[in-house]
Amino acid sequence: MRIQVNGVWRETAVAQLAAALMELGYGDSIVSTALNGEFVAVGERAATPLAEGDQLEVLAPMQGG
Amino acid sequence: MLELYQRALRSRLFLGSARYPSPAVLAEAVRAARVEVVTVSLRRESSGERAGQGFWALIRDLGVQVLPNTAGCHSVKEAVTTAHMAREVFATPWIKLEVIGEDDTLQPDVFGLTEAARILCAEGFQVFPYTTEDLVVAERLLQAGCRVLMPWGAPIGSGRGLNNLFGLKALRAHFPEVPLIIDAGIGVPSHAAQALELGFDAVLINTAVAQARDPVAMAGAFALAVEAGYAARTAGPIEARDLAQPSTPVLGSAFRA
Repeated sequence: MRIQVNGVWRETAVAQLAAALMELGYGDSIVSTALNGEFVAVGERAATPLAEGDQLEVLAPMQGG
Repeated sequence: MLELYQRALRSRLFLGSARYPSPAVLAEAVRAARVEVVTVSLRRESSGERAGQGFWALIRDLGVQVLPNTAGCHSVKEAVTTAHMAREVFATPWIKLEVIGEDDTLQPDVFGLTEAARILCAEGFQVFPYTTEDLVVAERLLQAGCRVLMPWGAPIGSGRGLNNLFGLKALRAHFPEVPLIIDAGIGVPSHAAQALELGFDAVLINTAVAQARDPVAMAGAFALAVEAGYAARTAGPIEARDLAQPSTPVLGSAFRA
């Protein structure tokens, strides 16, 4: 299944957000997620299904003014 | 002491964390200026680079209060979603709300800003809206639930200082009890001192420190200026006059008929 991760098409074998994050290499990272423009809290990730063409944002702390 | 959303602060200088030559220089600047509030942001994290993880460890070690921003958001929806993401990652209800309306000046979209502020305040966020000096917008932001305002001095990164003195003075006079923090456009310490002298409660500086030849020394200079400006405000500055007024007593002057 193909989904967009931070604007880049990626292949994922799992159709669930928490598992997909592990598969994509975000295992122990402190990140926040949004799926198709909607915030998905850490506690909701395991119960959030993924579908072909979904747009996933994975954000982390960064410098800002 | 400055009190923002029940949080007491000694320092009236807030620092942005972007555009420093290195993370180590940022950390040293924060320490040199004894800053208590540092702004941060959220960006896309590559699973390969994990750049955000190291940055977050550095900020946590500084022991400062973080003020996450929604920089780069151009719509209410983006800003609200970013605020939710920031609250989770940074574990704070504070959010510096930016809804940008125009790319050349990075001037706030005040219509989107008030709408996003209304939504976020209702959800329990403690909102620091990046706004203009417009009095009506300020009133709407307060009605939305904001208890602090962050008017711009000049466009972000422009270093032009307090562009609209008349408007900023009017804002200060209209809302004497509301903490007002000058957010953008400060270029040199004298601009910061001026803001405090006019009665603004604090200033947020980023580019002027980060891009100085010696950011650590410049952070120290800003800390002194903010302290001087606040002390001057407390001491009660004189009013400016159009005509001269002799400071030396005229009575008893020599060679007078």
